Amino acid sequence: MSVIPVSYYLALSAVLFGLGVIAFVFKRNVITIFMSIELMLNAVNLAFVAFARAHNQLDGLVFVFFVIVVAAAEAAVGLALVIMLAQNRQSLSVERMNHLKL
Amino acid sequence: MTVPFLLFFVCGGLAVVGAILVIASREPIHSALALILVMVALAVLYLLLGAPFIAAVQIIVYAGAIMVLFVFVIMLLNAGVEERTDFSSIAKYVGLPLGFVLMLWAAHWLWHSQAAGAVGTAVSTAAASSRELSVELFRQYLFPFEATSILILIAILGALVLAKKEE
Amino acid sequence: MPILDHLWIILALPLAGAALNGLLGKHWPQSRVNFVAIGSVTAAFLAVVELVREFSQLAPEQIPFVGNYFTWMVAGPFRVDFALAVDQLTMVMLLTVSFVGLLIHIYSTGYMAHEGGYYRFFSYLNLFMFFMLTLVMATNLLVMFVGWEGVGLCSYLLIGFWFLKKSATDAGKKAFITTRIGDFGFTVGLLLVFATFQSIDFGTIFKSLAANPVSESVLTVICILLFTGAVGKSAQLPLYVWLPDAMEGPTPVSALIHAATMVTAGVYMVARMNPLFSRAPVAMLVVAIVGAATAFYSATIGLVQTDIKKVLAYSTVSQLGYMFLACGVGSYAAGIFHLMTHAFFKGLLFLAAGSVIHAMGGEQDMMKMGGLAKKIPTTYWTMLIATLAIAGIPGFAGFFSKDEILEAARSGPNANPILWALGVAGAGLTSFYMFRLVFLTFFGVPRYDEHHVHVHESPKNMTIPLMILAFFSIFGGWLAAPHLIGGTDYFERFLEPVFSAYAPEQAAALAENHAPEGPALALLHAVTGWPVIVAVLGLLLAWWLYIKNPDAPKRLAKSVHGLYALLLNKYYVDEIYAALIVRPLLWISTNVLWHGVDQGLIDGVVNGSAHVARLSGSRLRELQSGNTRSYAAWVLVGVVGFTVLLLTLFVTGVH
Repeated sequence: MSVIPVSYYLALSAVLFGLGVIAFVFKRNVITIFMSIELMLNAVNLAFVAFARAHNQLDGLVFVFFVIVVAAAEAAVGLALVIMLAQNRQSLSVERMNHLKL
Repeated sequence: MTVPFLLFFVCGGLAVVGAILVIASREPIHSALALILVMVALAVLYLLLGAPFIAAVQIIVYAGAIMVLFVFVIMLLNAGVEERTDFSSIAKYVGLPLGFVLMLWAAHWLWHSQAAGAVGTAVSTAAASSRELSVELFRQYLFPFEATSILILIAILGALVLAKKEE
Repeated sequence: MPILDHLWIILALPLAGAALNGLLGKHWPQSRVNFVAIGSVTAAFLAVVELVREFSQLAPEQIPFVGNYFTWMVAGPFRVDFALAVDQLTMVMLLTVSFVGLLIHIYSTGYMAHEGGYYRFFSYLNLFMFFMLTLVMATNLLVMFVGWEGVGLCSYLLIGFWFLKKSATDAGKKAFITTRIGDFGFTVGLLLVFATFQSIDFGTIFKSLAANPVSESVLTVICILLFTGAVGKSAQLPLYVWLPDAMEGPTPVSALIHAATMVTAGVYMVARMNPLFSRAPVAMLVVAIVGAATAFYSATIGLVQTDIKKVLAYSTVSQLGYMFLACGVGSYAAGIFHLMTHAFFKGLLFLAAGSVIHAMGGEQDMMKMGGLAKKIPTTYWTMLIATLAIAGIPGFAGFFSKDEILEAARSGPNANPILWALGVAGAGLTSFYMFRLVFLTFFGVPRYDEHHVHVHESPKNMTIPLMILAFFSIFGGWLAAPHLIGGTDYFERFLEPVFSAYAPEQAAALAENHAPEGPALALLHAVTGWPVIVAVLGLLLAWWLYIKNPDAPKRLAKSVHGLYALLLNKYYVDEIYAALIVRPLLWISTNVLWHGVDQGLIDGVVNGSAHVARLSGSRLRELQSGNTRSYAAWVLVGVVGFTVLLLTLFVTGVH
């Protein structure tokens, strides 16, 4: 039974990560931007698992575990913030949320 | 073409398609559903890599809880079609091509790299079973584990406080 | 040997006077200012007298006596000590400067009594004495240059003493700038001296020159460069233009600085550097030509001037030309002798002119004077004595010195008949215009309104210096009198060690070659020589034109109208300089240097860099748009760049 080289997984991870970054930059809806963050995290998880397999160690998997947990916490709080922002500005466009400047 | 390879390319392709759909969809709800597709595909890939526990956690927590949360929020806020406004010129002419080029370059490089070292042994589930993982978790990574639990607690409280309407 | 061990006292006294008067004198009464000023100069003069006594007791090997006070600067091989030296030449200069200076200081207390800024005047005057004495006692070119520049500064300050008057300040600037041109040549010469001799100390240079001959062309260049400094400072062609304008200053200033002392610094310098000049015949010829040409040229201008001080100014330029002529034909002692007698009679002429101006209530135009002889007798008689001296009438000081110069030009080792002829012609013109001055001022009918102008004799503190100087104008030249009857020239004998110590061998040999004549014959030759003839002719012509036929000058001027206008307008030299040099310079300064370099380049760079900073700031400000997506985009750019950097730098052999 031949095994898929780990580098294939890494390449896939890179592609997913790149797509996540593109989505982050080009989408206007703040919720979609959040989702792109999740996409990036998933890509990273894939890379971790692949490396865990490559080195036959469990640490990568533990790290993935934690990433998922933290992503959940972050999504909860982040979405709460999004709800507040959306209610405040009556819009979900990130371009309306431009007060992070001097 | 053996089964693992076929599975890899199918699921990998599905994941990529899903990611592209996330970008390309006009409605946020479509993006959310595409993202769920990505996650399921990734779960299969985790299985291929011999990490069943992680695959399960991915489905249960990520696809089943986090994405559901996203869907709830989208429905709550009635997020509709995005407005069409102009991209900044940097993004349009530099960012998009640059992003694609760099992504493909990285992928190509990684594909042909020896970075991962040996391809490793055959997939075996023994080493990555839940039992082993939890032993590892409670022994070496106890402190981060506890810390994460506190983090979740704080997140719950934070979300509650934030989402409460002003009286 | 108290003074010899402390030569610096001679310098310190006038400097202290200048400092006291300058800093504290503003609210002092005139008597106290006088006390400080006159006191310091008197003390310096007495120190010089004491110095004479001590000097006469020195053995010949101890001369020059050098007092080395401190090392001023050392930079690699370049070493300059602040050292003062006394030798025979220095003694002559010290005596002349301090004595005439003292007399003029006393005179000034009367002349400037009613002027504002009294304390300032005496402060500057004392400062001038300090610098002049430094110049004279210096042992190296740099300390001499300190004195040189210092007297230039005092000249500027004193010409522009009445600084609210534009013509005065313009004259001061003109003097300073014109002499600066000469000073530049002097500086280059100084550098060349150092490059050639690795030292600028006189003793070292002269010894080195005698031991190791230096190429004549190098010496010629050095001498000509140093001479340009003299041309500026001593107002020779072509840099003489500042001296007539310098008459804007008070008359005592004209007497001291522009007749007796400062302008003679150039002559002193040439005499001091005689070992170099004697070995560079071309340079000496240049000196002689410039001197003779200036003497003649300036005399022609003086023929028709109407301002009494301007006549004396051109006369000064002319007499300085004679001194350079003397040095140029190798007779340095004659040049210094004329310097000394000139200090007496020219100083006297200026002071007497000042007395006339004072008597006339400020009038300087001779055409508005006349018939003053009876009214201001002391002034008249002293001025007449000075005129007889400058004209070279036998018996007076000027005769001896001028005759020696012309004799050297005629039959000395470097004789030159053309220069001699110029000198003699100049002497004739000198006699003419000086007697013209006397006749116009003191004789004839008054050409002024006697009711408006109250002619009165000057007070004692002005007339007594006049009388003292008149005495020396007669007897000051008698040191050389025995020479005429075949005896010794005491003056030349006195200065011989200075001028023959390092002289080249040929010159020393030639100097011995003159057949001694019998005393009576020598005397006859002397008093019937051409210089005396032209002097008497000049006197007679002036008498005929201005006393016998007072209308003749006007008719003469009309008939040679062109020539008359040319002379009256000083050959239009000032206008030529203005057009050729001053205006282009101003144009370049305004357009190229001011608009182009200063405003365009320098301001441009400064303002430009500020502009660039502001511009880049405003561009960079746009980065902080508040737009999260653009922030994200920039983060991405940074991440990608960083990753590429890491990959290329730290990961090898991947592809």
